[in-house]
Amino acid sequence: MFRNQYDTDVTTWSPAGRLFQVEYAMEAVKQGSAAIGLRSKTHAVLACVNKANSELSSHQRKIFKVDDHIGVAIAGLTADGRVLSRYMRSECINYGYTYEAPLPVGRLVVQLADKAQVCTQRSWKRPYGVGLLVAGLDESGAHLYYNCPSGNYFEYQAFAIGSRSQAAKTYLERKFESFPGSSRDDLIKDALFAIRETLQGEKLTSSVCTVAVVGVGEAFNILDQATVQALINEFEISGEEAPATASVAEEGAGDAAADQGGAAAEEEVAPMDI
Amino acid sequence: MTKEHANWSPYDNNGGTCVAIAGADYCVIAADTRMSTGYSILTRDYSKICKLADKSFMASSGFQADVKALQKVLSSRHLIYQHQHNKQMSCPAMAQLLSNTLYYKRFFPYYAFNVLGGLDSEGKGCVFTYDAVGSYERVGYSAQGSGATLITPFLDNQLKSPSPLLLPAKDAVTPLSEAEAVDLVKTCFASATERDIYTGDSVEIIILNANGVRHESEQLRKD
Repeated sequence: MFRNQYDTDVTTWSPAGRLFQVEYAMEAVKQGSAAIGLRSKTHAVLACVNKANSELSSHQRKIFKVDDHIGVAIAGLTADGRVLSRYMRSECINYGYTYEAPLPVGRLVVQLADKAQVCTQRSWKRPYGVGLLVAGLDESGAHLYYNCPSGNYFEYQAFAIGSRSQAAKTYLERKFESFPGSSRDDLIKDALFAIRETLQGEKLTSSVCTVAVVGVGEAFNILDQATVQALINEFEISGEEAPATASVAEEGAGDAAADQGGAAAEEEVAPMDI
Repeated sequence: MTKEHANWSPYDNNGGTCVAIAGADYCVIAADTRMSTGYSILTRDYSKICKLADKSFMASSGFQADVKALQKVLSSRHLIYQHQHNKQMSCPAMAQLLSNTLYYKRFFPYYAFNVLGGLDSEGKGCVFTYDAVGSYERVGYSAQGSGATLITPFLDNQLKSPSPLLLPAKDAVTPLSEAEAVDLVKTCFASATERDIYTGDSVEIIILNANGVRHESEQLRKD
């Protein structure tokens, strides 16, 4: 994507009918470390790659519990993700206060999408630089949604976002037809396999990934490291030792320098339409 | 010029009595289950006790609509706390929150007379007693509500707390065992039921200790 004269303001259309600032925000999502989500009829699993900036620092939290029945995984500007998680939690609490019932996931994602849309139509704002995978449970079963900075949202059987997510998507596309009937444990196994795909040879251990589950009879919870490691060992999927490819841009660096050419400039179709 | 008076009141008193006793490693919180209005009984089976956190239970008498609203506000605030701190609120923290929440409505108060019971971070029983606008104090035992005037002198006799002014500070918790404390509470309610028309039907008792929560229920006179 090249810099041009229509990309300074979010409120400026390009002659081709695109809002470049929004598209640049979606680039920020692609630069974040991977997050994947998948669901069966009764359970939804979120998993993400946790890369720390250095050995001295802690991992960034990318999975947040929003309510007992909803959780979210983010990719992109983690700070934006944190703020949106706080908004989602607040909405759930207020709905629960008024109606004494859990906020249906579908309602929450629409509110989130509308909130994102506002930032695409105000000259004094910027779009949120974070993509959210919202996993939740309601009366009709488990759901997985993807909310993007453009204000669009989609429901998915399985999806992956962030850097090297295409590898995970390829894996998920092969397996997704079996997901609706999968058991909880198989779903987690597939999530870990998908995460491994994004690591491209690096060893999968519980210190580089986080997994969370929500399902019928199970409140949203993040699995602890020991449990995840045990699952990895059990499934024998840790893979070969390989030097970690160091070129992946960390999430915090996703600011306005969008023309670093991280993601290949592909089709002319505006990404928001996909 | 005589002052004009309102022809309606936003408040009603639904009666009832609440008691809590703190022990060395347990806490007993109890309330009767009668809900009244005027001289009528609305129901014989209404719980005045609410679990605010793993180790905090609040029993409230007074205007139950305000009590319900107060319980909801505190529960929502606790959810926010859990999201932000990744842990449950301690009982003393909840005590302060309750006080602040009550004072927030200093000029249109929650008509709620509360007793907060639970375990502190050392596992010792703690009881906090409140007035309608949030003035509170940690004590070894307390009674609130229509039967409080009948129960408090009896508890004073059985459990007399050391003065909080003493030095060195003495523990306010009772040396009684858990079973003795539960029995004492049942006796309190049985007595209050005799003379207070707003107390009766049954008493709901919560016992909180290191092993978790236990419920007990005892029938009281229905007249």
